[in-house]
Amino acid sequence: MNTWHSIRQSPMTALGIALLTLLVFLTLFGPWIVPNDPLTVQMSERLQPPSWQYPFGTDHLGRCLFSRLVEGAQITLGLAAVVIVTVAVIGIPVGLLSGYVGGRLDTILMRIVDGAGALPEFVVAISVAGFLGPNLTNLLLSIVAIKWMGYARVVRSIVLSEREKEYVLAARVAGGSAWTVMRRHLIPQILSPVFVLAALDIGKIIMLIAMFSFLGLGAQPPTPEWGAMLNDGRPYFQTVPELMIYPGMAILLVVISCNLIADGLRDRLDVRSR
Amino acid sequence: MLRLITARLQQLVFVLFLLSAFTFLLMKLAPGDPVLTLLKIDQIAATQAEEAALRSQLGFDRPIHEQYASWIWGVLHLDLGDSYLAKRPVLEMLLERVPGTFQLALGGIAVMMAIAVPLGLLAAKYPGRLPDHLSRLLALIGSSVPSFWMGLLLIYAFSYKLNWLPTMGTGSFRHMILPSLTLGLAIAAVYARLLRAGLLDSLSQEYIRAARARGIAEWRVLTLHALRAALLPVVTVFGMSVGHLLAGTVVVEILFSWPGLGSLAVEAIFARDYPVIQGYVLLIGVFVVAVNLLVDLSYGWLDPRIRYEKGEAA
Repeated sequence: MNTWHSIRQSPMTALGIALLTLLVFLTLFGPWIVPNDPLTVQMSERLQPPSWQYPFGTDHLGRCLFSRLVEGAQITLGLAAVVIVTVAVIGIPVGLLSGYVGGRLDTILMRIVDGAGALPEFVVAISVAGFLGPNLTNLLLSIVAIKWMGYARVVRSIVLSEREKEYVLAARVAGGSAWTVMRRHLIPQILSPVFVLAALDIGKIIMLIAMFSFLGLGAQPPTPEWGAMLNDGRPYFQTVPELMIYPGMAILLVVISCNLIADGLRDRLDVRSR
Repeated sequence: MLRLITARLQQLVFVLFLLSAFTFLLMKLAPGDPVLTLLKIDQIAATQAEEAALRSQLGFDRPIHEQYASWIWGVLHLDLGDSYLAKRPVLEMLLERVPGTFQLALGGIAVMMAIAVPLGLLAAKYPGRLPDHLSRLLALIGSSVPSFWMGLLLIYAFSYKLNWLPTMGTGSFRHMILPSLTLGLAIAAVYARLLRAGLLDSLSQEYIRAARARGIAEWRVLTLHALRAALLPVVTVFGMSVGHLLAGTVVVEILFSWPGLGSLAVEAIFARDYPVIQGYVLLIGVFVVAVNLLVDLSYGWLDPRIRYEKGEAA
């Protein structure tokens, strides 16, 4: 009853949730669903059209495209989840401390955040890939290095505005330690904006990983990452457009569902994006 | 206003310092010994004495802060070092590629404006009706489609299937079309939504009612009076996302074999040509910070209230 009501109220959000649930399902149960091994090379089967054996056909090395796409869902969603959690785990405490303690610590931290935050993440990712080597680990590290600052900034601004409110003062006067005040009163205020920010960021992170992998600066072959698959198959697109269409569609679907959920969350929780 | 500019300039210097220290440090952390790399490229079986000579010639035997100081002194005098591979000054190589990227960015912005402005105006004029829903749908898709995939689809449709437009090369207007579309389509949708929001906001203001009461034609009210105020959030977001635009140019340059800064940087990454990567990162950093400064300055022009009131709101 309640679910039905929510769906009626925001059908697009429900669509996003349904899509993402499907993708998470594929991620979790992918290894048991896929008809073929995603990494097995069979040159005799290369560039096959779709068939019962290969639902989406095969790539230039005779690998099953469908199996690779499903495996790719695991990689994409898994990596995005790891990045988001890491970023939140770094950003939230820094923002809390900076806002609550204030003073010189706050000044120094915010100087760093404002200064380094002015750099676009792709510049950081390009320099890390350039100097330390183009691979997935370095890409993820550079995304984390830039993204945590956004969370620290949002959390700090909320703490700053909540800190002076009477319920927080009351809690402090009543003898609550800094830790208690943060845990009982500040963290609950922080959660919904952080959720919205995270939902918006997941789409961006997935896109960034795919983009760098497409440029050859992220996931390396034979990893079935969707961006890397697009890069791999480029010479064959003219004859076998499936190699181009399906991985791109996959990225589009994941990012769309994340964006739909983010929009829904924002409306629901009524927070501004910044 | 002057205080705002000074504060901004201070921040600019600080950001550039961070950026230079960051790239310098990464350069030092990079795997491989640049001295050995240089010797290897020259195809000489180097003796230890030669190696030591080159090392001290490049200053690599000095402490790290001295190395940074001498490097940054060079950078301030526009000496970004020489490319390992091309053996040419990095600055020269970068400057050669600037017009290509600039042209591409302008093309992308033109496409973006050509789509975003009419769409935003229509959506704001008829909120909750078909143009509004259409622009919302396009915004959702536009912000979710990977730009490199969009480029691949465009190439497939217009070059392979229809054979209308070239997939690579530069020089003519025809060569500009697909790259500009790839770049512009991806960002247009977001700006259309921003414009709509800004227009709806400014259309509800008193001065719009006053303009209408004076009998000014509706399209003039929309385009001249309301649009100007609605541009403020658009310009802000443009400043914030100029990095995004530049990332887009990298992808487009690679897709269409376009000779620009981005393709130079990616080639340098694969060739481990560290001075070129360093130069690229510095140049882009300076550019992004400079654009943001310009954006701040443009507020005063777009919204006269800011000129007089907010002395140092950042």
